[in-house]
Amino acid sequence: MKEIRIHGRGGQGNVTLGEFLAEAAFAGGLYAQAFPMFGSERHGAPVTAYVRISDRPIRLRSQVYEPDHLIVQDMSLFAGNDLTGGLKEGALVVVNTSGPVGDLGIAEGFRVVGVPATELALEVVGKPIINTIMVGAFAGASGEIEMDALEKSVRERYPGELGEREIVAMRRAFEMVQGAVR
Amino acid sequence: MREMMEGSSAVAESVALCRPKVVCAYPITPQTHIVERLARLHAEGRLDAGYVLAESEFTAASVVLGASATGARAYTASSSQGLLLMTEVIFNIAGMRLPVVMTVANRAVSAPINIWNDQQDSMSLRDCGWIQMYAEDVQEACDMHLQAFRIAESLNIPVMVCMDGYILTHATEPVDLPSAGEADSYLPPFEPRFHLTPTDPMTLGAMAGPDAYMEVRMLLHRSMQQAAGTIRQAAVDFHEMFGRYAGAQLDTYHADDAEVLLVSMGSLLGTMKDAVDELREEGHPVGIVKVRTIRPFPRSELHDALHRARAVGVVEKDISLGLEGILCSEIRSAFCGAAETPGISSFVAGLGGRDIRKEQIKEIALGLLSDNTCRVEVTGLDHEVLWRAHEEE
Amino acid sequence: MAHEQVESRLMAYGHTACAGCGEAVAARTVAEAAGPDVIIANATGCLEVFTTRFPRSSWQVPWIHSLFENAASVASGIEVALKALGRAGEVKVIAQGGDGATADIGMGAISGMLERGHDILYVCYDTEVYSNTGYQRSGLTPLDALTTTSPAGAMSWGNATRKKDLPAIFAAHGAVYVATSTAGFPTDITRKVKKALSLAGPRYLQIHCPCVAGWGIDSSKGIRLARIAVNSGLYPIFEMEEGVLTRVRKIKPDELLPVVEYLKEQKRFSHLFKSPGGRDHIEAIQLAANSNIERYGLMT
Ligand SMILES: Cc1ncc(C[n+]2csc(CCOP(=O)(O)OP(=O)(O)O)c2C)c(N)n1
Repeated sequence: MKEIRIHGRGGQGNVTLGEFLAEAAFAGGLYAQAFPMFGSERHGAPVTAYVRISDRPIRLRSQVYEPDHLIVQDMSLFAGNDLTGGLKEGALVVVNTSGPVGDLGIAEGFRVVGVPATELALEVVGKPIINTIMVGAFAGASGEIEMDALEKSVRERYPGELGEREIVAMRRAFEMVQGAVR
Repeated sequence: MREMMEGSSAVAESVALCRPKVVCAYPITPQTHIVERLARLHAEGRLDAGYVLAESEFTAASVVLGASATGARAYTASSSQGLLLMTEVIFNIAGMRLPVVMTVANRAVSAPINIWNDQQDSMSLRDCGWIQMYAEDVQEACDMHLQAFRIAESLNIPVMVCMDGYILTHATEPVDLPSAGEADSYLPPFEPRFHLTPTDPMTLGAMAGPDAYMEVRMLLHRSMQQAAGTIRQAAVDFHEMFGRYAGAQLDTYHADDAEVLLVSMGSLLGTMKDAVDELREEGHPVGIVKVRTIRPFPRSELHDALHRARAVGVVEKDISLGLEGILCSEIRSAFCGAAETPGISSFVAGLGGRDIRKEQIKEIALGLLSDNTCRVEVTGLDHEVLWRAHEEE
Repeated sequence: MAHEQVESRLMAYGHTACAGCGEAVAARTVAEAAGPDVIIANATGCLEVFTTRFPRSSWQVPWIHSLFENAASVASGIEVALKALGRAGEVKVIAQGGDGATADIGMGAISGMLERGHDILYVCYDTEVYSNTGYQRSGLTPLDALTTTSPAGAMSWGNATRKKDLPAIFAAHGAVYVATSTAGFPTDITRKVKKALSLAGPRYLQIHCPCVAGWGIDSSKGIRLARIAVNSGLYPIFEMEEGVLTRVRKIKPDELLPVVEYLKEQKRFSHLFKSPGGRDHIEAIQLAANSNIERYGLMT
């Protein structure tokens, strides 16, 4: 079983990001589960979402304490929060940042990938919708999620022109991170 | 066809498959996604029902009471404070023998206010005369609604389908929903046994004095006690049609040769099963008894399922303050008069959304293996917070 | 249990509301205008949640939250107790809640409070939606607005009902003072709170508060939109004493704006601009604004 933890703020589509991952894994023939933990439902409040992916039915319902991977949608959350706590050795950490990932102060031993998701979203989508970009980057860096399945999920949820632009941005992120793992 | 769905959406779709004629619910976290999805289905013309936006839960419950009395299949949903606000009507619906179905998205009760999961809300209403069923996962929650309408309508007893708030209502996982045709063949149209109509005028809600009240209450009590067969049949028929069975009133997991049996209700059972798998691998004889209906209370089945164990640990997300976990007390009653009784202990956990980890379950089981003395424990407490609160008092 | 309090204002900025929250501005203005000698009974809702996450509290005045539906009743108990204990002259009592608490679930309790004539100011923060639970409709949601329980669809144009006329309903109860105000003009709030608290008896103040996520607006636009609501006639600002209209905030002819200016900036009305049938709906909303202008004499 693979466990993924997503950190972001209310309004950044954290829950949806988790659902995209779970749906794509499910489309690939695996079992999956995604669920959120809200501080409160307010915009801007820290939100954590969890994803489990397995080749067997998933029964475990606790939060994720020792994730295999981490996705951080808002790098300001690194301040004052132990985001990498419990993270497995060698785990992939995908962070929304336009600066060098070395500046984030993440401990050694993880594979850290930075994606300028906010800039990319404004440039390609025209709106600060970052979750599709982050999920694209995760797919690119982890190789664990099929892009076709992701595209299908995004299209189902956001039919129309906006969704198509998101898919373009998602693909850009997917390509951008190829070989970018620290 | 199996697809990924959020628990609330899946339940709302299942409710729509049951073809209720009147839906009335009032939003409250974490039930909101259910009513929002039903609102959307209605706005899109996919839910052919009177859909009422109430101004309170008290009204929502009263609207479904009125609708059911008029012969319509009626549905509502609530949680926590909302459920408690409905209390007066809830007793009334049962007393009138109206087959309403309600989803409870289980949540902690105020004060302090808390929107996260435990089962204090519905457990506090276990004496109201409704059948109460608890779902282990999203699939079971969906299936339970079809079963619930069938049970309710064949017994004229209302049914609460309880699902853990957030943990199930907000979880996205694979769900298999029946087609409309399949749902229709499992759940036939509602044929009310009585309803308000000028062609056969009847009086509902009449007063019963000391000469009759007890008898009327006993009739409901007896119907409840005799509901076991109907509940089992609903599960068996469901299994036959859809190939899914999650228990009738009980279910067991590695229970036959277990020296320690853990008992619980709802979504915690999933985590518990993973814990038991690991314990078994380590060679510990631990098993699980799942309680699916707390009312009617499956007393003799519970006795039979538990009596061979040395220790029973009831892990539950509610507490009868000043006593112990509610289910635990009730399980003790299953052994009233029995010659041999396992050590039955109460473990209160997960109140107000406190996460319950697999390791915690294993610790409880291992503790019971080495010592089966009856005890009451609260697990997962943060002693620092407790100490601070104590200081302030 | 005592709470750790933050900052020294009566309602501190240490709260956790969304950026651009109109309710936070309004509630803070009310607290400052009321001063320290007050007891507040607050209904469940955003305001309660964003000001009191354990172990913190933004409140520097005595404050109690019981339930969603009973703030007016709890306040009644407080007021009666103050009288019984001989402390009535020292302390004012305010009950407050959102539009859901006020127009829907708690309305019966407010009716009782007004009818009994308690010496209480009830303040409604009217975000026109259940903000706290994710934007469901309330009795104060305007016609056609999209909420999560009044979505648009083949069978629906959004909220199917008109805004409940609470000021008229409460004035009819015999409330000594009934007024509306808006987060768009905080000085107006201050003046009205002070005036209300100078009177004795049951009083009602309803404050229009932009809700960034509930209305689907940019967080910088709330205050401007609140002002447009006033200057289009959609949200009339007035005072009634003993049931008689005594004062209105006039719209100057050069300030008057068509309702389209208000509607077009908000996602909750976006569906009205997407299909041709929407034009009739916008027209109906304009007529409602016109009739407010007439009814309250906003331009005469
Ligand atoms: C009896 C009961 N039903 C439902 C709820 C859930 N609930 C809490 S706040 C709220 C809506 C609040 O809306 P409003 O009064 O408009 O205040 P706002 O959050 O917009 O400030 C709801 C439905 C509750 N706490 N208690």
